[in-house]
Amino acid sequence: MSEMQHRIIVIGAGAAGMETAGQLAKAGCSVTLVEKEEKTGGNVRSWYHLFPDHRDSGEVIGYLDSMISKENIDLLTGTVVEGLEKDQGRFVLRTGDGRELEADAVVISTGFDLFRSERKEEYGYGIYDNVISSANLELMFRKGEVLRHDGEIPRRIGLVHCVGSRDEKVGNPYCSKLCCVTAVKQAMELRKKISNARIYCFYMDMRMGGALYEELYRESQEQYGINYIRGKVSEVAENIDTRLIVKVEDTLAGRPLRMELDMLVLMAGMEMSEGGSMLARKAGLKTGENRFFATADHHFGSNKSEINGIFYAGTCTMPMNITETISHARAAVADVLDYLNTIGA
Amino acid sequence: MEKFGFTILKARHINYDANDKSVAEYIYEREPTFRVCIECGCCAATCTTGNFTSFSLREINILLKRGELDKVNENLKKCMLCGKCTLVCPRGVNTRNVITLAREALKNNFKDAV
Repeated sequence: MSEMQHRIIVIGAGAAGMETAGQLAKAGCSVTLVEKEEKTGGNVRSWYHLFPDHRDSGEVIGYLDSMISKENIDLLTGTVVEGLEKDQGRFVLRTGDGRELEADAVVISTGFDLFRSERKEEYGYGIYDNVISSANLELMFRKGEVLRHDGEIPRRIGLVHCVGSRDEKVGNPYCSKLCCVTAVKQAMELRKKISNARIYCFYMDMRMGGALYEELYRESQEQYGINYIRGKVSEVAENIDTRLIVKVEDTLAGRPLRMELDMLVLMAGMEMSEGGSMLARKAGLKTGENRFFATADHHFGSNKSEINGIFYAGTCTMPMNITETISHARAAVADVLDYLNTIGA
Repeated sequence: MEKFGFTILKARHINYDANDKSVAEYIYEREPTFRVCIECGCCAATCTTGNFTSFSLREINILLKRGELDKVNENLKKCMLCGKCTLVCPRGVNTRNVITLAREALKNNFKDAV
Protein backbone atom coordinates (compact mmCIF):
# COMPACT_ATOMS: atom_id res chain seq x y z
CA MET A 1 0.00 0.00 0.00
CA SER A 2 1.22 3.52 -0.76
CA GLU A 3 2.36 5.96 1.94
CA MET A 4 -0.75 8.08 1.48
CA GLN A 5 -3.58 6.73 3.61
CA HIS A 6 -6.60 5.66 1.68
CA ARG A 7 -9.90 7.14 2.73
CA ILE A 8 -12.92 4.85 2.83
CA ILE A 9 -16.49 5.68 3.75
CA VAL A 10 -18.62 2.94 5.32
CA ILE A 11 -22.37 3.64 5.33
CA GLY A 12 -24.26 2.02 8.21
CA ALA A 13 -22.83 1.03 11.59
CA GLY A 14 -24.55 -2.26 12.25
CA ALA A 15 -22.67 -5.56 12.49
CA ALA A 16 -21.51 -5.42 8.84
CA GLY A 17 -20.42 -1.78 8.87
CA MET A 18 -18.62 -2.01 12.19
CA GLU A 19 -16.73 -5.14 11.15
CA THR A 20 -15.86 -3.60 7.76
CA ALA A 21 -14.66 -0.35 9.34
CA GLY A 22 -12.59 -2.19 11.93
CA GLN A 23 -10.91 -4.48 9.41
CA LEU A 24 -10.20 -1.61 6.99
CA ALA A 25 -8.69 0.40 9.84
CA LYS A 26 -6.51 -2.59 10.75
CA ALA A 27 -5.31 -2.66 7.15
CA GLY A 28 -4.21 0.96 7.51
CA CYS A 29 -7.06 2.81 5.83
CA SER A 30 -8.61 5.96 7.18
CA VAL A 31 -12.28 5.16 7.68
CA THR A 32 -15.34 7.34 8.11
CA LEU A 33 -18.24 5.33 9.49
CA VAL A 34 -21.59 7.02 8.89
CA GLU A 35 -24.67 6.00 10.89
CA LYS A 36 -28.14 7.56 10.75
CA GLU A 37 -29.08 6.51 14.29
CA GLU A 38 -27.51 7.98 17.41
CA LYS A 39 -26.19 4.58 18.44
CA THR A 40 -24.17 1.96 16.61
CA GLY A 41 -25.00 -1.75 16.57
CA GLY A 42 -28.04 -1.74 14.28
CA ASN A 43 -30.49 -4.60 14.56
CA VAL A 44 -28.26 -6.67 16.85
CA ARG A 45 -29.01 -4.19 19.62
CA SER A 46 -32.70 -5.06 19.69
CA TRP A 47 -32.03 -8.77 20.18
CA TYR A 48 -31.51 -10.26 23.64
CA HIS A 49 -30.10 -13.75 23.15
CA LEU A 50 -28.80 -15.13 19.88
CA PHE A 51 -29.21 -18.48 18.18
CA PRO A 52 -27.88 -21.14 18.10
CA ASP A 53 -26.04 -20.92 21.44
CA HIS A 54 -28.26 -18.46 23.41
CA ARG A 55 -25.33 -16.09 23.70
CA ASP A 56 -26.08 -12.62 25.04
CA SER A 57 -26.15 -10.17 22.13
CA GLY A 58 -24.18 -7.80 24.37
CA GLU A 59 -21.10 -9.93 23.75
CA VAL A 60 -21.38 -9.38 20.01
CA ILE A 61 -21.99 -5.66 20.56
CA GLY A 62 -18.92 -5.57 22.79
CA TYR A 63 -16.82 -7.19 20.08
CA LEU A 64 -18.14 -4.79 17.42
CA ASP A 65 -17.51 -1.78 19.66
CA SER A 66 -13.93 -2.92 20.14
CA MET A 67 -13.57 -3.20 16.35
CA ILE A 68 -14.42 0.46 15.81
CA SER A 69 -12.57 1.99 18.74
CA LYS A 70 -9.53 2.70 16.62
CA GLU A 71 -7.75 5.96 15.97
CA ASN A 72 -8.21 5.90 12.23
CA ILE A 73 -11.99 5.44 12.40
CA ASP A 74 -14.07 8.58 12.42
CA LEU A 75 -17.59 7.73 13.58
CA LEU A 76 -20.41 10.06 12.52
CA THR A 77 -23.65 9.05 14.22
CA GLY A 78 -26.95 10.80 13.64
CA THR A 79 -25.84 11.41 10.08
CA VAL A 80 -28.04 10.76 7.08
CA VAL A 81 -26.64 10.29 3.58
CA GLU A 82 -28.15 12.75 1.11
CA GLY A 83 -26.17 11.86 -1.98
CA LEU A 84 -23.33 9.74 -3.28
CA GLU A 85 -21.50 10.50 -6.51
CA LYS A 86 -18.41 9.32 -8.30
CA ASP A 87 -16.30 12.14 -9.66
CA GLN A 88 -13.05 11.45 -11.53
CA GLY A 89 -12.40 8.20 -9.73
CA ARG A 90 -13.18 9.56 -6.27
CA PHE A 91 -16.40 9.50 -4.30
CA VAL A 92 -18.23 12.43 -2.80
CA LEU A 93 -20.83 11.77 -0.13
CA ARG A 94 -23.16 14.55 0.96
CA THR A 95 -24.64 14.33 4.43
CA GLY A 96 -27.98 15.64 5.68
CA ASP A 97 -26.24 18.36 7.66
CA GLY A 98 -24.58 19.70 4.52
CA ARG A 99 -21.12 18.22 4.80
CA GLU A 100 -19.22 16.73 1.87
CA LEU A 101 -16.99 13.77 2.56
CA GLU A 102 -14.48 12.47 0.03
CA ALA A 103 -13.24 8.92 -0.32
CA ASP A 104 -11.35 6.52 -2.57
CA ALA A 105 -13.96 3.82 -2.07
CA VAL A 106 -17.33 3.31 -0.38
CA VAL A 107 -18.77 0.31 1.43
CA ILE A 108 -22.54 0.20 1.83
CA SER A 109 -23.73 -1.73 4.87
CA THR A 110 -27.21 -0.33 5.36
CA GLY A 111 -28.59 -3.63 6.66
CA PHE A 112 -32.22 -4.69 6.86
CA ASP A 113 -35.51 -3.60 8.41
CA LEU A 114 -37.80 -6.08 10.09
CA PHE A 115 -41.06 -6.63 8.22
CA ARG A 116 -43.75 -4.41 9.74
CA SER A 117 -46.20 -7.04 10.89
CA GLU A 118 -49.24 -4.75 10.73
CA ARG A 119 -49.00 -5.12 6.95
CA LYS A 120 -50.18 -8.72 7.41
CA GLU A 121 -53.50 -7.42 8.66
CA GLU A 122 -55.21 -10.78 9.02
CA TYR A 123 -52.80 -11.67 11.85
CA GLY A 124 -54.07 -8.75 13.92
CA TYR A 125 -50.79 -7.09 14.85
CA GLY A 126 -51.61 -3.60 16.07
CA ILE A 127 -55.27 -4.64 16.36
CA TYR A 128 -55.17 -7.28 19.12
CA ASP A 129 -52.99 -6.45 22.13
CA ASN A 130 -51.64 -9.95 22.57
CA VAL A 131 -50.35 -10.37 19.04
CA ILE A 132 -46.71 -9.31 19.21
CA SER A 133 -43.67 -9.54 16.93
CA SER A 134 -40.46 -11.48 17.46
CA ALA A 135 -38.69 -8.17 18.16
CA ASN A 136 -41.29 -7.23 20.80
CA LEU A 137 -40.65 -10.58 22.48
CA GLU A 138 -36.89 -9.97 22.59
CA LEU A 139 -37.62 -6.71 24.36
CA MET A 140 -39.75 -8.60 26.91
CA PHE A 141 -36.95 -11.11 27.42
CA ARG A 142 -34.53 -8.26 28.06
CA LYS A 143 -36.92 -6.67 30.57
CA GLY A 144 -37.12 -10.04 32.25
CA GLU A 145 -40.87 -10.57 32.05
CA VAL A 146 -43.14 -12.00 29.41
CA LEU A 147 -46.67 -10.87 30.11
CA ARG A 148 -49.95 -10.45 28.30
CA HIS A 149 -51.35 -6.98 27.90
CA ASP A 150 -53.57 -7.54 30.97
CA GLY A 151 -50.52 -8.46 33.08
CA GLU A 152 -51.25 -12.19 33.13
CA ILE A 153 -48.57 -14.75 32.43
CA PRO A 154 -49.36 -16.40 29.06
CA ARG A 155 -49.73 -20.19 29.34
CA ARG A 156 -50.49 -21.01 25.73
CA ILE A 157 -48.31 -19.30 23.20
CA GLY A 158 -48.21 -19.62 19.42
CA LEU A 159 -45.33 -18.66 17.16
CA VAL A 160 -46.13 -17.98 13.51
CA HIS A 161 -43.35 -18.57 10.99
CA CYS A 162 -43.01 -16.76 7.64
CA VAL A 163 -44.64 -13.43 8.54
CA GLY A 164 -43.65 -11.20 5.65
CA SER A 165 -41.55 -13.94 4.06
CA ARG A 166 -42.46 -16.40 1.30
CA ASP A 167 -45.60 -14.38 0.82
CA GLU A 168 -46.52 -12.81 -2.48
CA LYS A 169 -49.46 -11.04 -0.90
CA VAL A 170 -47.04 -8.69 0.89
CA GLY A 171 -44.61 -8.58 -2.03
CA ASN A 172 -41.91 -10.69 -0.37
CA PRO A 173 -41.64 -14.00 -2.23
CA TYR A 174 -38.24 -14.83 -0.70
CA CYS A 175 -37.36 -16.78 2.44
CA SER A 176 -35.81 -14.65 5.20
CA LYS A 177 -33.95 -17.75 6.30
CA LEU A 178 -33.53 -16.81 9.98
CA CYS A 179 -37.08 -16.67 11.26
CA CYS A 180 -37.45 -20.46 11.59
CA VAL A 181 -34.44 -20.75 13.87
CA THR A 182 -35.48 -17.58 15.70
CA ALA A 183 -38.84 -19.22 16.40
CA VAL A 184 -37.12 -22.33 17.74
CA LYS A 185 -34.84 -20.23 19.93
CA GLN A 186 -37.65 -18.03 21.21
CA ALA A 187 -39.89 -21.04 21.86
CA MET A 188 -37.17 -22.55 24.06
CA GLU A 189 -36.63 -19.27 25.90
CA LEU A 190 -40.36 -18.92 26.49
CA ARG A 191 -40.47 -22.40 27.95
CA LYS A 192 -37.50 -21.61 30.19
CA LYS A 193 -39.21 -18.47 31.42
CA ILE A 194 -42.69 -19.98 31.85
CA SER A 195 -42.12 -23.58 32.84
CA ASN A 196 -45.70 -24.81 32.38
CA ALA A 197 -46.35 -22.95 29.13
CA ARG A 198 -47.54 -24.85 26.09
CA ILE A 199 -45.84 -23.58 23.00
CA TYR A 200 -46.85 -24.16 19.39
CA CYS A 201 -44.89 -23.26 16.26
CA PHE A 202 -46.91 -22.92 13.06
CA TYR A 203 -44.60 -23.54 10.13
CA MET A 204 -44.71 -24.31 6.41
CA ASP A 205 -41.23 -25.84 6.23
CA MET A 206 -38.63 -25.94 8.98
CA ARG A 207 -35.64 -24.35 7.30
CA MET A 208 -32.82 -25.36 9.57
CA GLY A 209 -29.97 -24.79 7.14
CA GLY A 210 -27.41 -23.15 9.41
CA ALA A 211 -24.73 -24.52 11.69
CA LEU A 212 -26.34 -26.18 14.74
CA TYR A 213 -29.88 -25.16 13.73
CA GLU A 214 -31.14 -28.72 13.30
CA GLU A 215 -29.62 -29.67 16.65
CA LEU A 216 -31.44 -26.75 18.25
CA TYR A 217 -34.71 -27.87 16.64
CA ARG A 218 -34.29 -31.36 18.02
CA GLU A 219 -33.35 -30.04 21.46
CA SER A 220 -36.48 -27.88 21.45
CA GLN A 221 -38.58 -31.02 20.95
CA GLU A 222 -36.66 -33.31 23.30
CA GLN A 223 -35.83 -31.01 26.18
CA TYR A 224 -38.46 -28.29 25.92
CA GLY A 225 -41.51 -30.06 24.56
CA ILE A 226 -42.15 -27.51 21.86
CA ASN A 227 -45.03 -28.52 19.55
CA TYR A 228 -44.78 -28.09 15.81
CA ILE A 229 -47.86 -27.84 13.63
CA ARG A 230 -47.45 -27.82 9.87
CA GLY A 231 -49.70 -25.19 8.36
CA LYS A 232 -49.70 -21.52 7.56
CA VAL A 233 -51.98 -19.51 9.81
CA SER A 234 -54.64 -17.96 7.62
CA GLU A 235 -56.28 -15.63 10.11
CA VAL A 236 -56.44 -14.64 13.75
CA ALA A 237 -59.44 -13.41 15.74
CA GLU A 238 -59.93 -12.37 19.35
CA ASN A 239 -62.72 -13.64 21.59
CA ILE A 240 -64.49 -11.79 24.38
CA ASP A 241 -61.86 -12.93 26.93
CA THR A 242 -59.14 -11.44 24.74
CA ARG A 243 -57.82 -14.91 23.90
CA LEU A 244 -56.66 -15.33 20.34
CA ILE A 245 -58.32 -17.78 18.00
CA VAL A 246 -55.99 -19.10 15.36
CA LYS A 247 -57.23 -20.65 12.14
CA VAL A 248 -54.86 -23.02 10.41
CA GLU A 249 -55.00 -26.27 8.50
CA ASP A 250 -53.06 -29.04 10.17
CA THR A 251 -51.79 -30.13 6.78
CA LEU A 252 -50.30 -33.37 8.08
CA ALA A 253 -53.53 -34.44 9.71
CA GLY A 254 -55.41 -33.05 6.69
CA ARG A 255 -57.98 -31.17 8.76
CA PRO A 256 -58.59 -27.56 9.72
CA LEU A 257 -57.52 -26.79 13.27
CA ARG A 258 -58.74 -24.19 15.75
CA MET A 259 -56.77 -23.20 18.77
CA GLU A 260 -57.17 -20.68 21.55
CA LEU A 261 -54.01 -18.93 22.67
CA ASP A 262 -52.98 -16.37 25.29
CA MET A 263 -50.33 -14.82 23.12
CA LEU A 264 -49.20 -14.99 19.51
CA VAL A 265 -45.69 -14.09 18.35
CA LEU A 266 -45.15 -13.23 14.68
CA MET A 267 -41.76 -14.14 13.21
CA ALA A 268 -41.18 -11.00 11.16
CA GLY A 269 -39.03 -11.44 8.07
CA MET A 270 -36.18 -9.29 6.80
CA GLU A 271 -36.56 -6.58 4.16
CA MET A 272 -34.23 -4.19 2.43
CA SER A 273 -33.94 -1.22 4.80
CA GLU A 274 -35.67 2.02 3.94
CA GLY A 275 -32.34 3.78 4.25
CA GLY A 276 -30.83 1.33 1.78
CA SER A 277 -33.65 1.81 -0.74
CA MET A 278 -33.24 5.58 -0.53
CA LEU A 279 -29.50 5.33 -1.01
CA ALA A 280 -30.02 3.05 -4.03
CA ARG A 281 -32.19 5.69 -5.67
CA LYS A 282 -29.87 8.57 -4.82
CA ALA A 283 -26.69 6.81 -5.92
CA GLY A 284 -28.25 5.10 -8.94
CA LEU A 285 -27.48 1.60 -7.66
CA LYS A 286 -29.41 -1.43 -8.88
CA THR A 287 -31.66 -3.42 -6.63
CA GLY A 288 -32.80 -6.97 -7.33
CA GLU A 289 -36.28 -8.42 -7.49
CA ASN A 290 -36.33 -8.82 -3.73
CA ARG A 291 -35.44 -5.13 -3.39
CA PHE A 292 -32.07 -5.79 -1.74
CA PHE A 293 -28.99 -4.35 -3.47
CA ALA A 294 -28.17 -6.35 -6.61
CA THR A 295 -24.60 -7.58 -6.44
CA ALA A 296 -22.31 -7.83 -9.47
CA ASP A 297 -22.17 -11.63 -9.43
CA HIS A 298 -24.01 -14.13 -7.32
CA HIS A 299 -21.02 -16.45 -6.87
CA PHE A 300 -17.88 -14.34 -6.95
CA GLY A 301 -19.01 -10.75 -6.82
CA SER A 302 -21.37 -10.71 -3.85
CA ASN A 303 -19.56 -7.69 -2.36
CA LYS A 304 -19.39 -5.68 -5.59
CA SER A 305 -21.87 -3.21 -6.99
CA GLU A 306 -22.08 -2.27 -10.66
CA ILE A 307 -20.13 0.90 -9.85
CA ASN A 308 -16.40 0.23 -9.54
CA GLY A 309 -15.35 1.34 -6.06
CA ILE A 310 -18.70 0.91 -4.33
CA PHE A 311 -18.97 -2.30 -2.32
CA TYR A 312 -21.61 -4.05 -0.22
CA ALA A 313 -21.37 -5.76 3.12
CA GLY A 314 -24.00 -7.74 5.00
CA THR A 315 -27.77 -7.85 4.94
CA CYS A 316 -28.25 -4.97 2.52
CA THR A 317 -27.74 -7.68 -0.14
CA MET A 318 -29.80 -10.56 1.31
CA PRO A 319 -30.94 -11.98 4.65
CA MET A 320 -27.93 -13.21 6.65
CA ASN A 321 -27.21 -14.25 10.20
CA ILE A 322 -24.51 -12.54 12.26
CA THR A 323 -21.82 -15.08 11.39
CA GLU A 324 -22.49 -14.68 7.68
CA THR A 325 -22.68 -10.90 8.03
CA ILE A 326 -19.26 -10.71 9.64
CA SER A 327 -17.75 -13.04 7.02
CA HIS A 328 -19.36 -10.99 4.25
CA ALA A 329 -17.95 -7.79 5.78
CA ARG A 330 -14.45 -9.28 5.84
CA ALA A 331 -14.84 -10.36 2.23
CA ALA A 332 -15.84 -6.80 1.34
CA VAL A 333 -12.59 -5.59 2.89
CA ALA A 334 -10.59 -7.97 0.66
CA ASP A 335 -12.39 -6.52 -2.40
CA VAL A 336 -11.78 -2.93 -1.25
CA LEU A 337 -8.04 -3.52 -0.71
CA ASP A 338 -7.78 -5.20 -4.11
CA TYR A 339 -9.56 -2.22 -5.70
CA LEU A 340 -7.23 0.27 -3.98
CA ASN A 341 -4.25 -1.63 -5.34
CA THR A 342 -5.58 -1.54 -8.91
CA ILE A 343 -6.36 2.19 -8.86
CA GLY A 344 -2.99 2.78 -7.17
CA ALA A 345 -4.26 5.96 -5.57
CA MET B 1 -62.18 -75.09 -1.62
CA GLU B 2 -61.74 -74.58 2.11
CA LYS B 3 -61.85 -70.91 3.13
CA PHE B 4 -59.44 -70.00 5.92
CA GLY B 5 -60.37 -66.35 6.11
CA PHE B 6 -57.23 -65.20 4.32
CA THR B 7 -57.48 -62.52 1.72
CA ILE B 8 -54.95 -60.74 -0.40
CA LEU B 9 -54.69 -57.08 0.56
CA LYS B 10 -54.58 -54.52 -2.16
CA ALA B 11 -51.41 -52.43 -2.08
CA ARG B 12 -51.90 -49.00 -0.56
CA HIS B 13 -49.41 -47.29 -2.85
CA ILE B 14 -50.30 -44.36 -4.95
CA ASN B 15 -49.78 -46.12 -8.26
CA TYR B 16 -48.06 -43.10 -9.69
CA ASP B 17 -47.15 -44.57 -13.07
CA ALA B 18 -50.61 -45.93 -13.75
CA ASN B 19 -52.56 -43.00 -12.34
CA ASP B 20 -54.18 -40.48 -14.65
CA LYS B 21 -52.42 -37.14 -14.40
CA SER B 22 -54.20 -35.67 -17.41
CA VAL B 23 -56.45 -33.48 -15.28
CA ALA B 24 -53.39 -31.92 -13.62
CA GLU B 25 -51.80 -31.44 -17.05
CA TYR B 26 -54.98 -29.79 -18.29
CA ILE B 27 -54.83 -27.32 -15.38
CA TYR B 28 -51.05 -26.71 -15.66
CA GLU B 29 -51.52 -25.63 -19.24
CA ARG B 30 -54.32 -23.18 -18.56
CA GLU B 31 -53.40 -22.01 -15.06
CA PRO B 32 -49.62 -22.22 -14.56
CA THR B 33 -49.84 -20.97 -10.95
CA PHE B 34 -51.26 -24.42 -10.13
CA ARG B 35 -47.64 -25.65 -10.13
CA VAL B 36 -46.37 -23.37 -7.39
CA CYS B 37 -48.52 -24.59 -4.48
CA ILE B 38 -46.39 -25.37 -1.41
CA GLU B 39 -49.13 -27.16 0.49
CA CYS B 40 -49.21 -24.62 3.32
CA GLY B 41 -52.90 -25.19 3.88
CA CYS B 42 -53.84 -21.53 4.15
CA CYS B 43 -56.63 -22.07 1.60
CA ALA B 44 -58.08 -24.98 3.55
CA ALA B 45 -57.83 -23.14 6.88
CA THR B 46 -59.84 -20.20 5.63
CA CYS B 47 -62.33 -22.23 3.58
CA THR B 48 -65.95 -22.05 4.72
CA THR B 49 -66.80 -25.35 3.05
CA GLY B 50 -63.79 -27.02 4.67
CA ASN B 51 -64.99 -26.00 8.12
CA PHE B 52 -68.06 -28.18 7.76
CA THR B 53 -67.21 -30.86 5.21
CA SER B 54 -64.16 -32.86 4.29
CA PHE B 55 -63.22 -30.38 1.58
CA SER B 56 -59.60 -29.24 1.43
CA LEU B 57 -58.29 -27.43 -1.61
CA ARG B 58 -54.75 -28.22 -0.50
CA GLU B 59 -55.61 -31.91 -0.52
CA ILE B 60 -57.34 -31.63 -3.89
CA ASN B 61 -54.23 -29.98 -5.27
CA ILE B 62 -51.98 -32.83 -4.27
CA LEU B 63 -54.47 -35.55 -5.27
CA LEU B 64 -54.82 -34.05 -8.75
CA LYS B 65 -51.05 -33.98 -9.10
CA ARG B 66 -50.82 -37.64 -8.04
CA GLY B 67 -53.71 -38.66 -10.25
CA GLU B 68 -55.89 -39.87 -7.37
CA LEU B 69 -59.03 -38.63 -9.03
CA ASP B 70 -61.82 -40.52 -7.27
CA LYS B 71 -61.72 -38.47 -4.09
CA VAL B 72 -61.26 -35.25 -6.04
CA ASN B 73 -64.36 -35.81 -8.09
CA GLU B 74 -66.39 -36.48 -4.98
CA ASN B 75 -65.22 -33.28 -3.31
CA LEU B 76 -64.98 -30.72 -6.08
CA LYS B 77 -68.69 -30.01 -6.22
CA LYS B 78 -68.63 -28.75 -2.63
CA CYS B 79 -66.68 -25.58 -3.47
CA MET B 80 -68.87 -22.46 -3.61
CA LEU B 81 -66.24 -20.42 -5.47
CA CYS B 82 -66.25 -17.71 -2.81
CA GLY B 83 -62.56 -17.00 -3.45
CA LYS B 84 -61.31 -16.60 0.13
CA CYS B 85 -58.58 -19.11 -0.66
CA THR B 86 -57.32 -16.89 -3.47
CA LEU B 87 -57.07 -13.98 -1.04
CA VAL B 88 -54.90 -15.83 1.47
CA CYS B 89 -52.67 -17.88 -0.85
CA PRO B 90 -49.05 -16.78 -0.21
CA ARG B 91 -47.91 -18.16 -3.58
CA GLY B 92 -50.44 -16.33 -5.68
CA VAL B 93 -52.17 -19.47 -6.95
CA ASN B 94 -55.36 -18.62 -8.78
CA THR B 95 -57.20 -21.20 -6.72
CA ARG B 96 -60.65 -20.45 -8.04
CA ASN B 97 -59.53 -21.02 -11.60
CA VAL B 98 -57.89 -24.29 -10.52
CA ILE B 99 -61.26 -25.51 -9.25
CA THR B 100 -63.09 -24.37 -12.36
CA LEU B 101 -60.56 -26.02 -14.64
CA ALA B 102 -60.56 -29.22 -12.60
CA ARG B 103 -64.35 -29.38 -12.91
CA GLU B 104 -64.08 -28.77 -16.63
CA ALA B 105 -61.45 -31.47 -17.14
CA LEU B 106 -63.28 -34.00 -15.00
CA LYS B 107 -66.51 -33.37 -16.85
CA ASN B 108 -64.82 -34.66 -19.97
CA ASN B 109 -63.36 -37.68 -18.17
CA PHE B 110 -66.11 -38.72 -15.83
CA LYS B 111 -69.74 -39.34 -16.58
CA ASP B 112 -70.84 -38.37 -13.09
CA ALA B 113 -68.69 -35.27 -12.88
CA VAL B 114 -70.06 -31.96 -11.67
